[in-house]
Amino acid sequence: MTPMPKLSRRGFLNSCTKASLGVSVLASGSTFAQVDKLTLSGLADSRLRTFDEMVQPFVQFQTLKNEGVNLSLPALADNGHLVPLQLKVDSPMTEASHVSHIYLISQRNPVPLMCMFALGPWNGNAHINTRVRLSGSQMVVALARLSDGNFIYQTQEVVVTEAACVDNG
Amino acid sequence: MSNARIQLPPRILEGDVFKVRLLVNHPMDSGFLRDINHALIKRNVIRQLTCTLNSQEVFRAEPTTGVAANPLFEFHLRAVKSGELYFRWVDDNANIGELRHPLTVLPANSSTAPKS
Amino acid sequence: MNLGRQMFAAFWLILGLGLILPDLHNTASAQQRQIPLDQLQSGLAFSSQEVKGLQLDDDFSSLSAHGIDKGAQLWNKAAGNSNKSCASCHGEVTDSMKGVSASYPAIDKATGKLFNLEDRIRQCRQKNQKAPPWALESDESLAITLHVNTASKGMPIKVNIEGAAQKHFRAGEKLYFTRQGQLNLSCTQCHDQQYGRRLFNDKLSQGQPNGYPIYRLDWQYLASLERRLRFCYASIRAELPAWGHVDMRNLELYLKWRAEGLPIEVPAVRK
Repeated sequence: MTPMPKLSRRGFLNSCTKASLGVSVLASGSTFAQVDKLTLSGLADSRLRTFDEMVQPFVQFQTLKNEGVNLSLPALADNGHLVPLQLKVDSPMTEASHVSHIYLISQRNPVPLMCMFALGPWNGNAHINTRVRLSGSQMVVALARLSDGNFIYQTQEVVVTEAACVDNG
Repeated sequence: MSNARIQLPPRILEGDVFKVRLLVNHPMDSGFLRDINHALIKRNVIRQLTCTLNSQEVFRAEPTTGVAANPLFEFHLRAVKSGELYFRWVDDNANIGELRHPLTVLPANSSTAPKS
Repeated sequence: MNLGRQMFAAFWLILGLGLILPDLHNTASAQQRQIPLDQLQSGLAFSSQEVKGLQLDDDFSSLSAHGIDKGAQLWNKAAGNSNKSCASCHGEVTDSMKGVSASYPAIDKATGKLFNLEDRIRQCRQKNQKAPPWALESDESLAITLHVNTASKGMPIKVNIEGAAQKHFRAGEKLYFTRQGQLNLSCTQCHDQQYGRRLFNDKLSQGQPNGYPIYRLDWQYLASLERRLRFCYASIRAELPAWGHVDMRNLELYLKWRAEGLPIEVPAVRK
């Protein structure tokens, strides 16, 4: 039997993370249906998604323009567990021309889509506030689908600092 | 799972576009954190939250693990007529949360003088 | 006795008293206060703008909103064989519990033990409501403690360390200055000597207890002082005592003495 290669502490912890993720994927079955292949490796290696990877599943063959969307998050988030997010999409919100959906997409989180909102002319405007989680410094994309099927977007980089004491409760 | 807070402006006139604030009590467990006994906390997040007004869905949110615990949702509505706002949400464990709140829309020409 | 002898006796009496009295007055601090009272700062002062905003800006979306709402519900809920709620005996929390949080931990007369507020509530529930006590750190325990805290909002901390509490105070003080854990650190080294300086991205605070139970962002949950102390123990790789251990109570008493005058903050948010 060939001797085991020497495993560094980092390598060991990485393996533990992957193993426990693997177990939790198996254990939770369909609840992880949204996790794409990128994310399982993403958590341990922190590879960032490209812009295309983030928006392509939604935009597909429609037009995509960088206009009309005002996205506001703190540039420096002290804690990734709770990051306030403000979004204002320019739109008359009439029957003929309104925002039908908003997608908040993360570059680094295990699950890329953070939240989807469905709106209509009854909302009067497309101004949304919520609080998201960011697992590390990354770009956030706010993507808005208009009633004519086209998309507009805005991005913002957020720096998320890590806690000094890595904690397990 | 049924605790939530709602905030509306005190006076809503017909034609106003007003802000609705909803704070839902829910841990939004991502499935990645551990509890004080070091056991992994299973994923349980709100999958869908809807707001219905007079039988019409006027807002929908479909969060994932990327939304913070005790989620806050703020959106707007155009005031047409009075009715009842009905919020309903479902999580991964199929728990259903609900909140009903009356919506009072005053006629557009209501006096803006403060109530005595 | 003639006047001369009276004056002689009085002189020695006064001198004697003068020698003794300062000691009686100073049983409070065998060690001097490391941080003078006028330099005490709540943990909020060392927190980021974001955390300050979360605590101070908006009551509606407060992170402790759930705890606050639940605590109020529990206060009014009849429980146990007594079928009484807290309100049945205590009425309005703002009246009956005013100042209570600011004066705990305190000695329980019945058992002679040092109780923190959570212990006191557990005992009351068991003895007076005849209901099973809520576990330490349970949702109910955190919520009801938070609710009782609201009656002391802004009031200065002042605990009694005399009498039966004195030995607990001394033990807590000793623990505070004792190096522990694999990292071999004592509380004083960080929280008296290095506060304000950065440990990686965090600013070290003075380790003040005036906001507990806090909403801790890292845990996405309300947390008691005991849980926070245990986390500190874990961080310096010290053995964790059992929940409710007297060391934790003694340390809490010392910390509250050390925090004399700091106002109770409720609801409080920390990183």
